[in-house]
Amino acid sequence: MIEIKDLHKSYQIGKNSLHVLKGINFNVKEGELVSIMGSSGSGKSTLLNILGMLDEADSGSYTLDGVPIKNLNEKIAARYRNKFLGFIFQSFNLINYKSALDNVALPLYYQGMKRSERMERSMSYLEKVGLADWASHKPNELSGGQKQRVAIARALASDPKVLLADELTGALDSKTSYEIMDLIQQINDEGKTILVVTHEEDIAQMTKRIVNLKDGVIIDDSPTKQVRAIQHV
Amino acid sequence: MFSIERWQEVFETISKNKLRTFLTGVSVASGIFILVILLGVGKGMQNGVEEQFEQDATNRISIYTGVTKVEYKGMNPGRRIQLKNDDYQFIDENFGENLEYQSSVYRIWGSLASYKNNSGNYRIEGVYPDNQFLENASIIQGRFINQNDLKNKEKHIAIGRKVRDDLFKDEDPVGKLVEISNLKFKVVGVYTDPGGEREETRLFLPITTAQSVFGGGNNISYLAFTLPKEDDYEVALKKSNAFVNEVSTNLKAKHTVAPNDDSAISINNSLENAKQFYDLNNIIRLFFWGVGVMTLLAGIVGVSNIMLIIVKERTKEIGIRKAIGAQPMSIVGMVLHESIFVTTISGFFGLIFALFLLEFVGPFIESEFITNPSVDFNVAISTVILLVISGAVAGFFPAWRGARIKPIDALRDE
Ligand SMILES: Nc1ncnc2c1ncn2[C@@H]1O[C@H](COP(=O)(O)OP(=O)(O)OP(=O)(O)O)[C@@H](O)[C@H]1O
Ligand SMILES: [Mg+2]
Repeated sequence: MIEIKDLHKSYQIGKNSLHVLKGINFNVKEGELVSIMGSSGSGKSTLLNILGMLDEADSGSYTLDGVPIKNLNEKIAARYRNKFLGFIFQSFNLINYKSALDNVALPLYYQGMKRSERMERSMSYLEKVGLADWASHKPNELSGGQKQRVAIARALASDPKVLLADELTGALDSKTSYEIMDLIQQINDEGKTILVVTHEEDIAQMTKRIVNLKDGVIIDDSPTKQVRAIQHV
Repeated sequence: MFSIERWQEVFETISKNKLRTFLTGVSVASGIFILVILLGVGKGMQNGVEEQFEQDATNRISIYTGVTKVEYKGMNPGRRIQLKNDDYQFIDENFGENLEYQSSVYRIWGSLASYKNNSGNYRIEGVYPDNQFLENASIIQGRFINQNDLKNKEKHIAIGRKVRDDLFKDEDPVGKLVEISNLKFKVVGVYTDPGGEREETRLFLPITTAQSVFGGGNNISYLAFTLPKEDDYEVALKKSNAFVNEVSTNLKAKHTVAPNDDSAISINNSLENAKQFYDLNNIIRLFFWGVGVMTLLAGIVGVSNIMLIIVKERTKEIGIRKAIGAQPMSIVGMVLHESIFVTTISGFFGLIFALFLLEFVGPFIESEFITNPSVDFNVAISTVILLVISGAVAGFFPAWRGARIKPIDALRDE
């Protein structure tokens, strides 16, 4: 599903260049649930942003579902993001003047789907994350866990190939975090490929494979025995 | 741009961001409002100035006499010069065919006129029929003094509207008899004068009658003429100055007055004042045009400023939209669509409110300088359209900039 070869990325800060990713090689197959770990500043978010086509690598190759991701212009990047990817952020990034349902429906609006169909489909995803009763509520009327559920429903709405989650439990207490991870595991069980960036060991243990980053290189990449989150809820 | 989906999205955004919409709307509406009111006041000032100058025909030339100031041909200064009928005849014979209108006037400053139980003190002027046009007066009832009245020394009078209102109240004055100095005069008509009340408290009768019944003999108070209108102001001024010079020279010679003695015989050429009128009008027009353009510019800057703030405030939202697949152009379209919609609606709101005010309050404004402020509807509409277009053009850049923001930059937590 994801193939990365010798990926490099530097940030230019004034006259200095900060080499953040120093040759990443990494593949993800369909249906995997991978966590990317590493200390702060090790380049986890940078890698995820490149995978999410929110940022571009300096060199190396990236293939997503057989499509080479290279020299994208804004238009094509936007279309690929919409078609291939679902994002889940630490700070939820919901549009605060839109209801939960309208937030979920937004990717479908950009796919050009008709309103009635859009709403119907969004509603089914809200049901899936257990928030059908909260459909008309605005984000500021929801708890952190509920907001993240709405964000997950939104990420799923366009039926993407891959879900990318950056510290999705970073703003949540541990009980809520496990509930969210339970949902992530269910979605993965249905076959969705998911990448989770985290620096929490217990969260990483709930995935199926842990990739360890340090100073811009992968120092460890090994499968792990998945802990089911439901046991901790 | 015109898809229903987009409209729904825009309506939703607008209705869920009421404060923002309201503030944008208010600033656009007040901008348009101020601009239209300003245009209206400018027009009102123009009207006011026009009225000030329209009291008499704008190309009128009047000849007055006074007391000599300069010793001439052995005659001491201090001699009073009196115009006589033969002065009028003299000008008529020598210049008559070059003139448009001409009249000599014999004036009695204040005289008691009464009808039934009503009376008032009015100016009485013996005139020629042409005087109607020299005074820029228009007849609203009956007729003015005519050639027959003049020839037959009829005791016929044309009265001003104010005189009619004083003496006759609601009665129809035409054909009624007004008593002046124990003589009865028949009213033949009523006139109005753009000079207002002061000019409408006069009674006109044939100069022949006036001279004989009020003991004027051959005396004339003053002479008034107009030359035919010219398309070009400069040509008109040249011709009238030539006329004034010649008449002045001839009359001064005739009355043995020093050629440079302008207090003995003075000629007032209102075309020279008309020059001031033309200039003043141009200045007013230029001033309000300038202020209008400035206001419009301020409006455009204001609108783009608001848009800039809106886009800035929506940076994160735009980042989210882009992350989940919004095309850059759809962001531009969304911001523009929303802003054009809001500016158009509120622009028309401001316009209608201003037009309403001008329409209903305007006619009550009758100061010396402002008369009936109003604005050309087409001008107003084009102003709104211009503002909306320029707002859109000016707003395009913030929108475009918003669309250029990289989603990661927009989404980065502060
Ligand atoms: N836009 C940027 N410009 C310059 N430097 C950047 C930029 N984004 C990240 N960096 C730097 O790159 C390095 C890696 O950042 P990154 O966000 O990938 O780390 P991370 O592993 O996600 O850390 P954390 O766990 O704190 O989120 C850091 O040193 C960071 O300061
Ligand atoms: Mg990070």
